[in-house]
Amino acid sequence: MPTSSSPEFEAECIRRILAGEKQLFHELIRPCERSIFFLLLSLLGNETDAEDAAQETVIKVYQNLRLFRGESQFRTWVLSIARNEGLGRLRKLRTLREDSLEADTDEVTGDYTPAILTSWREVPLQALERQELAALLREAIQKLPAIYRNVIMLRDIEEMDVRATAQALGITEGSVKVRLHRARAMLQKELAPKLKGYAPERKRSFFGWGS
Amino acid sequence: MRIDCKHVWDYLSAYIDGDVDPDLRAQIDRHLETCEICSAVLDSTRNVVVLIADERVFELPAGFSKRLHERIDAMIDADSASG
Repeated sequence: MPTSSSPEFEAECIRRILAGEKQLFHELIRPCERSIFFLLLSLLGNETDAEDAAQETVIKVYQNLRLFRGESQFRTWVLSIARNEGLGRLRKLRTLREDSLEADTDEVTGDYTPAILTSWREVPLQALERQELAALLREAIQKLPAIYRNVIMLRDIEEMDVRATAQALGITEGSVKVRLHRARAMLQKELAPKLKGYAPERKRSFFGWGS
Repeated sequence: MRIDCKHVWDYLSAYIDGDVDPDLRAQIDRHLETCEICSAVLDSTRNVVVLIADERVFELPAGFSKRLHERIDAMIDADSASG
């Protein structure tokens, strides 16, 4: 059997699970676990609910496995089940406020002005060893409206492509791009001034305003 | 044609993803050569994208995977018992 989470591996795995090798389900779902959890975290807003919903999602995937037709990637199909699970819970909680997750309002409105700064060029990756920087990033993402948070979670954090993100979220590829653009812009504005303090020491910068 | 800063900001995300056509990319590149503000905005946006993708930012809760697979085992057992 092919290794890794290739479509061939998934198809073979599913065939064998349906034929009775049920333990293989562990291997089939393992590469999707992280994305399931973080999509649900972005929908539900807390880890306890996200974990509970992730477990329910995985059970539904198992129970509906014979319905998977291979028309999309397996992970995309799994994430659309996770999304339905998350939305169902939100509806029950009646917490669908004005930032409705289903409204597809991507008309270009509002002038966006980025945070203007001139000398932050290096990525302070080593500063992530300090918990406070990671916390700052998580907090900024949590503060985004849900429709942007979902998209950035799948595109930039789980590194899914535009098409798979659109399929998993049930929106158009155009909406994915617009929302991703806005999410990144909002994060830049929120984070750039704060993150500058984490940038590594570098030689003095020689450019200034209007030069 | 020269493009202004606002126009560059509108395409920043697409530019980072390599999703702009060659003509527009060339115009943006020319703008970036001379505009320190836009090149800093681009760098900081790109840095934010790199940072949030780091696996140390979003970690699964401790024991998440273990609990999930225990639940799967319980489900498979129940499924096998019911035929």
